[in-house]
Amino acid sequence: MTTTLERPQKDQPTSDRPFKQSKRIPAGSVWVVWTLAGLALVTGFVTDLGGAKGFGLAWLIAASIPAMSFAVEGRRKATDRFVTLLVVTAFTVAVIPLVSIISTVFAKGFPVMSSEFFTSSMRNVVGEGGGINHAIVGTLIITGLATIISVPIGLFAAIYLVEYSEDSRTAHGLRFLVDVMTGIPSIVAGLFAYALFVLFFGEGVRMGLGGAVALSVLMIPVVIRSSEEMLKLVPNELREASWALGVPRWRTILKVVLPTALAGIVTGVTLAIARVIGETAPLLIIAGITDSVNTNPLEGRMATLPVFAYSAMMNPGVPPEPSIARAWGAALTLLIIVMALNLIARLISAFFSPSKGR
Amino acid sequence: MNKTIQRPGDTIFRGTAVAAATTILVTLAAVGIFLTIKGIPGMTASPEEVKHGTTFLAYVAPLVFGTLWAAALALAIATPVGIGVALFISHYAPRKLAGPVGYVIDLLAAVPSVVFGAWGIMTLAPAMRGPYAWLEDNLGFIPFFAGPASATGRTMLTAALVLAVMVIPIMTALCREIFLQTPRLHEEAALALGATRWEMVRMAVFPHAKSGIVSAAMLALGRALGETMAVAMVLSASGVVTFNLISSTNPSTIAANIALSFKEASGLTVNALIATGLVLFVITFAVNFVARLIVTGPNRAKAAKS
Repeated sequence: MTTTLERPQKDQPTSDRPFKQSKRIPAGSVWVVWTLAGLALVTGFVTDLGGAKGFGLAWLIAASIPAMSFAVEGRRKATDRFVTLLVVTAFTVAVIPLVSIISTVFAKGFPVMSSEFFTSSMRNVVGEGGGINHAIVGTLIITGLATIISVPIGLFAAIYLVEYSEDSRTAHGLRFLVDVMTGIPSIVAGLFAYALFVLFFGEGVRMGLGGAVALSVLMIPVVIRSSEEMLKLVPNELREASWALGVPRWRTILKVVLPTALAGIVTGVTLAIARVIGETAPLLIIAGITDSVNTNPLEGRMATLPVFAYSAMMNPGVPPEPSIARAWGAALTLLIIVMALNLIARLISAFFSPSKGR
Repeated sequence: MNKTIQRPGDTIFRGTAVAAATTILVTLAAVGIFLTIKGIPGMTASPEEVKHGTTFLAYVAPLVFGTLWAAALALAIATPVGIGVALFISHYAPRKLAGPVGYVIDLLAAVPSVVFGAWGIMTLAPAMRGPYAWLEDNLGFIPFFAGPASATGRTMLTAALVLAVMVIPIMTALCREIFLQTPRLHEEAALALGATRWEMVRMAVFPHAKSGIVSAAMLALGRALGETMAVAMVLSASGVVTFNLISSTNPSTIAANIALSFKEASGLTVNALIATGLVLFVITFAVNFVARLIVTGPNRAKAAKS
C-alpha cells in the first residue's frame, strides 16, 4: 500500500497538470450561516416581523453561502452550493403550509372537543352545543360498507393478476386500466353513483349505500395495486412446494399465499380506508347531509364527517361562530382518524414483515 | 397445465378471481356509460329548460377553462417544489432526517381535502390579502395581476396555491421513488470523476428520471384537475373567462361547480351537471392515460434491453 501511495507523489512534478489543493470555505462557517438563516425564519413566524419578511431575510442570509463560495471556491462549487440552497428552499416552502395546516386544525379544533361533542347529534340544535355523533356514525357505516364491497373484489382481482393471469396481455391491459381508474376524480365517482341509483330509486335520491358505492369505485383500484404488490412478494418456492405436495391450486392460495402476504394486504387495505374516509365530494352528492343519526344506509340522507365539516363551514347559519367551531372540531376528528389509520398501517407492516424494507 | 386434474374448488376459485377482474372493467365502463346516458339530455337541453340559462357548450366552456387554468397554475407551482423536496429527501438530507421526512410527506398525502379547503379559506385567503394588494400596486401592468385585488383573498391564485400544497406530497412521493432508483454506480462514477453533487444530480439522476418526472407531473395534474372541495371552498367563482389571478371574479372549475350547484339543481340541470362531470372524466382519463403510457412505455423497453 505504502509504495503505491508514494509513487504519484514522485510523478507529480513531471505531470503537466499538477494537482492543486482547492480552497474551501470551512464547513463550520457554513453551518453557522444555516443556523442563522433558520433562526431568522423562526423569528419571522414567531414575532410580528411577519412570515414573508422572515423568509426573505433567512433566504438572504443563506444566499451568502454561494456568494462566499463563488469568491473562494470558484463557479462550479458555487453552483453546487446554490442548488443546495434551492433544494432546501423548496423543502422549506413545502413544509411551511403543511405545518400551518396541522397547527391551524389543532388550534381551532381542540377547544371544541368534549364528551358532548362526540355523543350528541345536531338534531334540534341552534347556536351553541350539539355534536358530530351522527356524522361519526355515518362515516363508519359508509366507509365500512365501502370496505366490505371493495376488499373482496380488489383482493380477488389481485389474485387473478398474480396467480391466474400468467402475465398475459389481458393482465397487462387490466393493470393499465386499474392505474387509470386510480385517477378517476372523486366527484365523478359520486356522479356515477347518483346516475346509477337514480335508475332504481328515482330523481333526487340520497342514501348511504350510494356513498359506499361511490367510495368503492375510488377504493378498489388502491386495494388491487397494494394487494398485487404484496402477493408478488410471496416467494415462488412456497407455491411450488405446496403444489409438489399435491395441494390444489386454490388451497395453495388460501392456505399458503394469502397467510404469507396477510400483513401487507391488511396494511394496504388500512391505507385505502384512510384514503377514502376523508372523501367529501362524492358523499356530498349522493349521501347528502342531515342533522340526526341515521343508521339505515338504504333510507335517506346520511351525515358524514367530511361533509359535515364542509357544510358547517360554508353554511354556518346565524350566528356563524359555533357552527364554524364545530366544523373545525369535525376536521380535527377526521384528521386524527386518518393519522391513526396510517399509523396502524405502519405498525402492522413494521411488526409482521421485518424482511421488507427500504 | 392441461394435464392437471380440475377440482371443483379450483374452478370456483378461478371463476371468482376472473369475475372480480371483470368487475373492474365493467365498473370503468359503467362510469362512462351511466354518465353518458344521464348526461346527454343535459347536453341537448335548450337554454330555457336549465337553471344556468345557456346552451351546454356556453355553460361548460368557462368551466373547462377554469379547470385547466387552475390545474396548470397549481402544477407550475408544485412541480419545481415537488422535485426539490424529492431531491432533498433522496440526495441532500442527512439519512437520519430523510426517513422521517419521507414518512411525514406520505402522511400529508392522506390529509382529507376538506381540511385543505378549510385551511385555504380561513388561513391562507386572509393572509394573501396584503400580498395581492401589493401585487396590484406594483405589478399591475402584468395582466395576471391587473386587479382590482380581491377583498376576501378568495382568488384564483389562492385556489391554485391550495391545490399546489395538496399535490406537492404526491409529486414528492413519486419523484423520490424515481430518484432513489438511479443506478448507484452512475452516481458514484460521476462523483469519482470529480463532479460536485449538483453535477452528479444533473448528469446521473435527472437523465435517468426524466420520464418518471414527466409522468409524476401528469399524475399530479390529474389529481389537480379532479380536486373538488378545496376549490369549491376557496374560490369565489362567477363563471367568467379571465387570466386575472387576484381579482374577486374568477372562473369556476368543473368539479367545484358540480359540488356547489348539485344541491339546488333539479330536472335537466342535474343532467347538465352530470354532463360536465363526463367532460371532466374524459379530460382526466386522457391525462392519466398519457401519464401511464409514459411510465410503462420506456420502462418496458429498458427492461427488455437489460
